[in-house]
Amino acid sequence: MKFAVLQFPGSNCDQDLVAALRDVFQQQVELINYRATDLSAFAAVLLPGGFSYGDYLRGGAIARFAPIMAAVRRFAAAGGLVIGICNGFQILTEAGLLPGVLQQNKSASFICQPAALTVVNAQTSFTNAYAPNQRITLPIAHGEGNYYCDAATLAELQAQQQIVFTYQDNPNGSVANIAGITNRAGNVLGMMPHPERAVEALLGSTDGGGVFQSMLQTLTKKVVTA
Amino acid sequence: MIEQTATAIKTSALYEKWGLTTAEYEQIQQLIGRLPNFTETGLFAAMWSEHCAYKSSKPLLKQFPTSGQRILQGPGEGAGIIDIGDGQAVVFKAESHNHPTAVEPYQGAATGVGGIIRDIFSMGAQPIAMLDSLRFGELTDAHTRFLLKETVAGIAGYGNCIGIPTVGGELAFDNAYTANPVMNAMCVGLLDTSMQQKGQAAGAGNLIYYVGAKTGRDGIQGAIFASAEFNDAVEADRSAVQVGDPFMEKQLMDACLELIREHPAAVVGIQDMGAAGLVSSSAEMGAKAGYGMVLDLDQVPQREAGMIPYELMLSESQERMLLCVAKDQAAVVEQLFARYELDAVQIGEVTTAKQYQLYAHGEKVADVPITALVDAAPVYQRPQKTPLRLLTAAPQQYQPTFASAQTVFAQLLQQPTIASKQAIYRNYDTQVKTNTVVAPGSDAAVLRIRGGRKALAMTTDGNGRYLYLNPEIGGQIAVCEAARNIVASGGVPLGITDCLNFGSPEEPESFYELAQATKGMSAACQALATPVISGNVSLYNESNGTAIYPTPMVGMVGLIEDLDLITTQGFKQAGDVIFLVGQTGADFNGSEVQKLLTGEISGALFDFDLTTEMANQKLIQQAIRAGLLSSAHDLAEGGLAVGLAESCFANELGANVTVALPASWLFAETQSRFIVTVAATQAAAFAKMAGQQAEQIGVVTAAPSLQINTTTESLTLAVRASKQQWEGALAW
Repeated sequence: MKFAVLQFPGSNCDQDLVAALRDVFQQQVELINYRATDLSAFAAVLLPGGFSYGDYLRGGAIARFAPIMAAVRRFAAAGGLVIGICNGFQILTEAGLLPGVLQQNKSASFICQPAALTVVNAQTSFTNAYAPNQRITLPIAHGEGNYYCDAATLAELQAQQQIVFTYQDNPNGSVANIAGITNRAGNVLGMMPHPERAVEALLGSTDGGGVFQSMLQTLTKKVVTA
Repeated sequence: MIEQTATAIKTSALYEKWGLTTAEYEQIQQLIGRLPNFTETGLFAAMWSEHCAYKSSKPLLKQFPTSGQRILQGPGEGAGIIDIGDGQAVVFKAESHNHPTAVEPYQGAATGVGGIIRDIFSMGAQPIAMLDSLRFGELTDAHTRFLLKETVAGIAGYGNCIGIPTVGGELAFDNAYTANPVMNAMCVGLLDTSMQQKGQAAGAGNLIYYVGAKTGRDGIQGAIFASAEFNDAVEADRSAVQVGDPFMEKQLMDACLELIREHPAAVVGIQDMGAAGLVSSSAEMGAKAGYGMVLDLDQVPQREAGMIPYELMLSESQERMLLCVAKDQAAVVEQLFARYELDAVQIGEVTTAKQYQLYAHGEKVADVPITALVDAAPVYQRPQKTPLRLLTAAPQQYQPTFASAQTVFAQLLQQPTIASKQAIYRNYDTQVKTNTVVAPGSDAAVLRIRGGRKALAMTTDGNGRYLYLNPEIGGQIAVCEAARNIVASGGVPLGITDCLNFGSPEEPESFYELAQATKGMSAACQALATPVISGNVSLYNESNGTAIYPTPMVGMVGLIEDLDLITTQGFKQAGDVIFLVGQTGADFNGSEVQKLLTGEISGALFDFDLTTEMANQKLIQQAIRAGLLSSAHDLAEGGLAVGLAESCFANELGANVTVALPASWLFAETQSRFIVTVAATQAAAFAKMAGQQAEQIGVVTAAPSLQINTTTESLTLAVRASKQQWEGALAW
């Protein structure tokens, strides 16, 4: 079982994801360049944080045209697990793999701080290691994390239990305090907080470990059932 | 821009506009044996500016200790390098960007960050952390608020995007900086010692490659601009500020480091095109290696049409590097940079003749001895004069008088210089690369080194007010305060970098301050065994004849031998015993409380003793190694009272403290002091180790209330409410 961490020009949390998966969870992981066109060898695909293409124009707006994105679409359509963190979340919304958009923070400035979250859906492939409504704290670090969608989309997200993480104290103006959502099928997750920054007690928190443990549990089960 | 003839330059004295004196211009004529043409005059003006040639400061910088067992590279390269064992080294340097920040704060700060990062990776090191030392006027001034906001946004915009955590620095306010803010950026990198690079162009026939962004007209004469005073016509200088592109720099950094790692044989030398752009990087690389160089300017990637040689050579466009590539490795370099979608163009080659020759449109436009540009600038022994304020300073210490110490305490905590800087730090990504163990807010930032048990502590320090009252002692204190922060964090100080921010060296009083400050810094560096491995000078920080406080910024890095030794300032547990290390005196001149209560700072600076400083630092190091301390915090601005409050705030614990001192002494800024906590079971062991150096003053309490009993007044501080005020005071 091997994880793919995508590298767009300007990605800067790619090495952090590799370190978390390899050093903390002892998984095989490979960095995949944005020019690659095939992801079929991988069990899960991770889109890291950073400033792809400098976030010029808008976060994720250029990266969605990168050659690798066609492979990401195929991978997601086939039911593979895809997670986008921070800039990765922005790329997934820009690519239409997740609904809504991420706007500039309400404060108009970058915010780096610990954010208290609630795991409102602990049944997803990315959160099944958490308890329902578990309160966790994960670091956020973004300038464009203010999630927006129209009322109809929000109603749908709520009805389909696609809202996975919410902020307890909304830092950026997100609609319905949304910090992370899945697609309708539940195999694509986007989240602004950084779970990979919270997997070692030395660095202050292990609250993010649940995301990776959940993915591992899901993937192991999949392999067994298959 | 019209290119005057060589004769016209002489008669019109155009060189004076570019910062060269007539004597210097005549010296250039002698060196090259004729009148310099327009391009050549420009090259010399840039290379002989204070910013590039240190012609005023060189005699003073010679005092600094620069060598030591661990020192792999001292001053003179892109950055200094210190061995930390296991085949690894730490690389660091700081650089000032004061003038650009004053004129265009966002880009001034952003390009300050970008420039220092290039210095670090030019040594072959992976940049791992940024720190920024900032000085502004008072926040009551609307323009100062604008400058602060834009400066912070510029630092954030660049550092966050490139993905290097900003983990520390300092921020202080005083009217002395209203017209001349100070922006000093420090970058720290980690080097695999087998990858160490130099900025050198050696070996005749080897190729000179230009890589990175294209050249435009931005930043032309930046080095000259930084070597002159401001006046009201400053707006006309706007074109001297560069524009940054952090995305481009990320690509450039990754490409250069990949080239160094994967193709070491291809790289003979590498250097940033920083101050004075192409001329300084190329001439320095050739001269250092003892070779000459010929460049074809038509090959230089350009983003504006019709640039003349002078503009191409002096542009300070950002995100550009110069490489000297082994002659058979051109294809490797070109292919690698193409993959990053970056320009990599051969613009010249190394020659044995030690001439520096430029061609444009098939014509030779400059031909001068390379050492004339790089090494022949005059060095001045500038006259010094003790400023009147130092001769007439009242020798006695100011004694604060007030109705209520408790009120003064609350006010001090909300002074902008003392208030929490969290409102600033939240703009910066402090954690990217997931190595940040201690984020901004404790004495020093701490980053772990992956793959082992070691960590690095880093800090920047310097209090211009102390130097204003006594530049020599203030210089000593700046270095010692930095070391105190490293030591309190569990580290052993390794070395320093510095930015010397001063007024015009041509003013004898300013130059006296610079001489005294560097003397004091040198003495402290000797005592602490922390050599100066890199740095820069920023002189001419004055507007309309008024200079800033003498403000050396000291950036220090320390090695923490084991992760278990990492120590932070916050109280950890109720019941822990609090000790005060060091004696407290009635030391108030230059203090925050003097500024708060009188509106100014004055008098002679208090005494300072390097021997006591060393002894107290040694005690802290010894106690941390023995595993005795649960927290350690050095006492700085605001004294014991503020130090205790900060230690309470971290984990919202309280303390019950009794000192046999008058209440006003709680705000004294006597140096060489720490507060530490020790588990109750270890208190006797620590007391024995410390002897006369420490005194038990109280105990940590679970109730979030700080109670301080003195001989004159008892103070009570509600920790949570005070913390909110302390954190809210800087929300501008």
